[in-house]
Amino acid sequence: MSIAAKANTIWQYANPKKFLATSERVLPFFWTSAAICLVVGLVWGFFFTPDDFRQGSTVKIIYLHVPSALMAINCWLMMLVTSLVWLVRRHHVSALAARAAAPIGVVMTLIALITGAIWGQPMWGTWWAWDPRLTSFLILFLFYLGYIALWEAIEDPDTAADLTSVLCLVGSVFAILSRYAVNFWNQGLHQGASVMRAGAVTGTDTTEKVSNVFFYPLFLCIIGFVLLFIALVLYRTGTEIRARRIRALLARERAGA
Amino acid sequence: MMPDLGKYADAVLSSYALSLLMLVLLVALSLWRGRKVRAEMEKTEARVSRNG
Repeated sequence: MSIAAKANTIWQYANPKKFLATSERVLPFFWTSAAICLVVGLVWGFFFTPDDFRQGSTVKIIYLHVPSALMAINCWLMMLVTSLVWLVRRHHVSALAARAAAPIGVVMTLIALITGAIWGQPMWGTWWAWDPRLTSFLILFLFYLGYIALWEAIEDPDTAADLTSVLCLVGSVFAILSRYAVNFWNQGLHQGASVMRAGAVTGTDTTEKVSNVFFYPLFLCIIGFVLLFIALVLYRTGTEIRARRIRALLARERAGA
Repeated sequence: MMPDLGKYADAVLSSYALSLLMLVLLVALSLWRGRKVRAEMEKTEARVSRNG
């Protein structure tokens, strides 16, 4: 299939009816596989992995902290892509997908911040530090709240989609910063990447990495969070499409009255 | 069956409780709003088509 043909295949989902029909068909798969991965991953991690020799049982927090932090950043990046699609091609479904994803991002960021604070207290001796990664994550959380507030504050949906898309572009700096902050600045309490580093997984770099005994259930939890995110985005985008249809019907009804 | 979490039991258990609670609330609220909006749309569509 040529690139142009592939692109046409993607753009057909800009049609709300096509999007709804396809998402309803694939949603049972995503809900079920997310539930299986999360239950197996969390039970494996919580009950069947040993304590870490330095961190003790707090290492079990990794199965929630790392996947939620990953999703907090990647959710914003997904919103960035769909916002760009809206700005360039004016497809309503993409703007609504970004709107639908924002509350998921808020919850993921909040889970990462809370579990990080609870984990940090016994390990660092403090709930919070103005460390580059922690601070950029807090700013990302505030951007999520601002993004949702902006959608709610503007009555005209197209204007709201325009302005929130611009806000999303600006906030992307902090989404990327929260991922790479520890690489830019050496000060701070938060450790560098020790899980999602190609060299660490394949063993080609010798820097300290997460042991495989923790990595396998963690990987399953990450897959579970990704699948749950996809299921939620598809479902919530469907809800936003229907809410938009109600507004259109009511407007038509008022115009006809 | 419950693993011995030692002196960090509070930290680990509260992390799991809060995270799972937030995830369950997110899914439940999404499903609740989804069903409500779907029912409202069907009702509005029926009314609009009835009134022409």
